[in-house]
Amino acid sequence: MSDSGTVTTTGLVALTGVNKHFGDLHVLKDINLSINKGEVVVVIGPSGSGKSTLCRAINRLEPIDSGTITLDGQPLPSEGKALANLRADVGMVFQSFNLFAHKTILQNVTLGPLKVRKADPKIVEKRAMELLERVGVANQASKYPAQLSGGQQQRVAIARALAMEPKVILFDEPTSALDPEMIQEVLEVMIDLARQSMTMVVVTHEMGFARSAANRVVFMADGEIVEEASPETFFTNPTSRRAQDFLGKILKH
Amino acid sequence: MLSVLTDNWELFRDGFWTTLRLFLVAGVLSLILGTVLAGFRVSPVTALRGIGTGYVNTLRNTPLTLVFSFLFFGAAKTQLSLPTFFWAAVAALTFYTSAFICEVVRAGINTISPGQAEAARAVGMTFMQVLTIVVLPQAFRAIVPPLTSVLIALLKNTTIAAGFSVLEAGAIPAAMAERGENQMLTLVWITIGFLILITPLVFLQRWAERRTAVA
Repeated sequence: MSDSGTVTTTGLVALTGVNKHFGDLHVLKDINLSINKGEVVVVIGPSGSGKSTLCRAINRLEPIDSGTITLDGQPLPSEGKALANLRADVGMVFQSFNLFAHKTILQNVTLGPLKVRKADPKIVEKRAMELLERVGVANQASKYPAQLSGGQQQRVAIARALAMEPKVILFDEPTSALDPEMIQEVLEVMIDLARQSMTMVVVTHEMGFARSAANRVVFMADGEIVEEASPETFFTNPTSRRAQDFLGKILKH
Repeated sequence: MLSVLTDNWELFRDGFWTTLRLFLVAGVLSLILGTVLAGFRVSPVTALRGIGTGYVNTLRNTPLTLVFSFLFFGAAKTQLSLPTFFWAAVAALTFYTSAFICEVVRAGINTISPGQAEAARAVGMTFMQVLTIVVLPQAFRAIVPPLTSVLIALLKNTTIAAGFSVLEAGAIPAAMAERGENQMLTLVWITIGFLILITPLVFLQRWAERRTAVA
């Protein structure tokens, strides 16, 4: 259970008393969450529980109504150049990949470093190719996103996020739009990242990933953080009724 | 029939040359102004959105002859004198056409999935970068056909300038009447002239559609 007021805000990412409404719907209810450097936090919960909104709030793709979110101790700027600068340090991987459709795979990875960081094109390109190599799509570098499979596109999206050398990467249901046979290739890249102590916030329905890669599982329902525990504890011995129900439904078969 | 054209070649040549210049200058300026206005209309700044909306609603709903009248006669009333009839006509055509181009560009922006802009913002791009690097290049791909239609309309709209002392193709019939030339044939030749001017636009459209198509 989250109890506000006692949460320390020393984490790399810290949310304190965060509230958010969509009209009458209270999607985030007094959220307190702190994520340490190098930690992999998996957020799970039923549809509509607010987990994607929580993830998107961290780089302010969803503005919040009240509360504070800090990155490295700095509160999120509300708009403009300062917000853009902050976002450059927070990688994001979307459910629907969102690769730039009019750019090649290589350009998708180099665009951020070139336009936002204004880095040296030669170095950027070399590093982009290394990243594409790392996620296993270097041979597709000159193609356009539409020519790649979903799994390949998502791996490119991860490379695009990594190219900015972010402090933390947010994954918003990264495998939910993928055909089953492609989920594993994306998860392997993510597990690899977790092993290299990348700080990650992962909203997912992949319980296997949560078990093997997460340091902590955050269970959300109805806009609240209902339970927070190590994956071992959470999956074997969930304390809340709602978590027990949820796990009962998804782990039965 | 040919003699109508050859006997008055200079009149036709000068008329259509002025038409072409009006079209090219007003076309380029309209594309720039229209795109900037579209940027206003999708910007996060409320005041800019208001300016964009107000501009489009005013200019798009005003008859073009009235826009011309304001610039030619209205400008004369204020001390704001316009350099020449030609440039006054360019201004009128640009103000009018940019409102239509703004709406076409905005429609194009709306065809781009919000995820594209979100991904660009997530990488740390500013609003201007999101618009110019990610959204507009993709939007233009979707709007080549309607944009061509607006430009063709602009080309034909240049003939209104004839009523405001600009000697473009629309002014040819009056001059020909004074010379006692056959009016019907004059109109036929002017029509042919416009078809010749418009043909490259159609090819340009096809080329642009093919070039921007993404496999």
